[in-house]
Amino acid sequence: MNPIITRSLTKKFGSFIATNAITFEVMPGEIFGFLGANGAGKTTAMRMLCGLLKPSGGEAFVAGYDVYTQTEKVKKNIGYMSQRFSLYEDLTVKENIRFYGGIYGLRSGQIKEKTSKLLQQLQMEKEGDQLVSSLPLGWKQKLAFSVAVLHDPSIVFLDEPTGGVDPVTRRQFWDMIYAAADRGVTVFVTTHYMDEAEYCNRVSIMVDGRIEALDTPAALKTMYHTSTMDGVFLQLARGK
Amino acid sequence: MRQFFVFVRKEFYHIFRDRRTLLILFGMPVVQIILFGFAITNEIKGARIAVLDQSRDYYSTRLTGRLTASGYFAVDQYLQNNHELEAAFRAGQIKMAIVIPGNFGENFFHHRSAPVQLLADAGDPNTATTLLNYATAIIGNYQQELNDQMKLPLRINATVTMLYNPAQKSVFMFVPGVMTLILLLVSAMMTSITITREKELGTMEILLVSPLPPFMIIFGKVMPYILLAFINALVILAMGTGIFGMPVKGSLVLLLAECVLFVLTALSLGILISTVTSTQQTAMMASMMGLMMPTVLLSGFIFPVESMPRPLALLTNIMPAKWFIIILKDIMLKGAGLKDVWLPTLVLAGMTLFFLGISIRNFKIRLS
Repeated sequence: MNPIITRSLTKKFGSFIATNAITFEVMPGEIFGFLGANGAGKTTAMRMLCGLLKPSGGEAFVAGYDVYTQTEKVKKNIGYMSQRFSLYEDLTVKENIRFYGGIYGLRSGQIKEKTSKLLQQLQMEKEGDQLVSSLPLGWKQKLAFSVAVLHDPSIVFLDEPTGGVDPVTRRQFWDMIYAAADRGVTVFVTTHYMDEAEYCNRVSIMVDGRIEALDTPAALKTMYHTSTMDGVFLQLARGK
Repeated sequence: MRQFFVFVRKEFYHIFRDRRTLLILFGMPVVQIILFGFAITNEIKGARIAVLDQSRDYYSTRLTGRLTASGYFAVDQYLQNNHELEAAFRAGQIKMAIVIPGNFGENFFHHRSAPVQLLADAGDPNTATTLLNYATAIIGNYQQELNDQMKLPLRINATVTMLYNPAQKSVFMFVPGVMTLILLLVSAMMTSITITREKELGTMEILLVSPLPPFMIIFGKVMPYILLAFINALVILAMGTGIFGMPVKGSLVLLLAECVLFVLTALSLGILISTVTSTQQTAMMASMMGLMMPTVLLSGFIFPVESMPRPLALLTNIMPAKWFIIILKDIMLKGAGLKDVWLPTLVLAGMTLFFLGISIRNFKIRLS
């Protein structure tokens, strides 16, 4: 079974249809780009998949669990990082790691082990006891990603993870995403940067609540006769 | 359970790292109690008065002596004539003046009537009224004492006893009031701020995506504040009884249990506020304007409910603080037991459930 499966997934707010019968599947270990203009329904769709919102219709399975009835199981098996920075600034790096590990039910021994490994990978051993507020933004972002996958989820949802980060750090951040995907983690990522869309295995583009296109970046560019994802996106977003 | 413990520990980190808030939390009750206890008092002690005694006989001198002996008044100056009165008030030195016309004793015993004039500075009407009442009472007593010697046959003697607070100490009023205010502030305002802070920072989303059940997130957030508020209640009680001699005539256990109940009421209000606001700023404003102001004005803490116009007096019934102040006073001053304060207790418990119910409903609406 694929890690994410949706069939005619719909969300209505009153008479407004935020997500209109979207159907797609994400393969294991895939980096799936979820694109769309602001207000196209990306966030709503993502919130339904994370168990934060109850769908109005259709079906969805995440990590093999039904998002209607098994939200607890869904939540245990996913990692999540939002566009807004998601660590506590007044806690130290280690305290943040311990907290997030703790609420996902990891034992202290496991957390200690993972903490030292993680800090080593990020080359932040010296900063372990510093408050997160004292770290540069790029570091925080990388740390937040590491914390989001601390409990070894099979799927990680990234909601515009690189907003406001410089290009070098963005590149490093994507290296981390690739590394996670290589370990078999499925990555579901929304972004506004079209160059980042090129890094994805497949991308879907949402327009007004519907998925208008879904394929590999290369195939999409051929289909829309353009050399950049930017071109694809603009044609879809404007061409109504 | 372990997850919950992890969560509460994180909350304590937030609280202890935020020195300024911590200072407010624990400094405020101390400062408020001292302010209300010592500075803001409506008791009169040694109010300065001027005496214009035109008879200067044995009886008039004793009358003046009576006023000063009460401790409420102190003679600031003796005046010689009427013209000096105005000047004395203008100088702002005196609050009241007593004018005793000539032949005071003679008038009293032979003409059966001796006028005395009291003048008070009504620029501050409350003080003026209190001073006049005290002075009238003292003069009345003096008159009866003189009458006793003359053995008048018929008269009505009113013996006044002030129950539960014989010395009429205003601190007996302020300790319950301040306690209510502080508990409300710590519990309602702090929780609404701490919950909206998670929303504002975006960490609330992360928490909701985690396997922690929503009620555990909320409970974990308010748990430390239950503890802090309770410590504050203890500090205020200790200061009230230790420094100001406030009695606790009823059961201390019942008193503390009622404190916990009120803390829960205030917390549920805080949670309710946090479900309808999304930033710390609005949460703070909502707590301040929506809770603190009405509480100060309508709980009977400063302005007696009895003297409010009917619609306002009815409105006071929806103030949780009003009921808590009633409970506090009954237990501390009258030694009331649970069977005496069951009604306000029930009201508070009902309010708590009501607020929690609405919060849960709001929360569900947001999720679907």
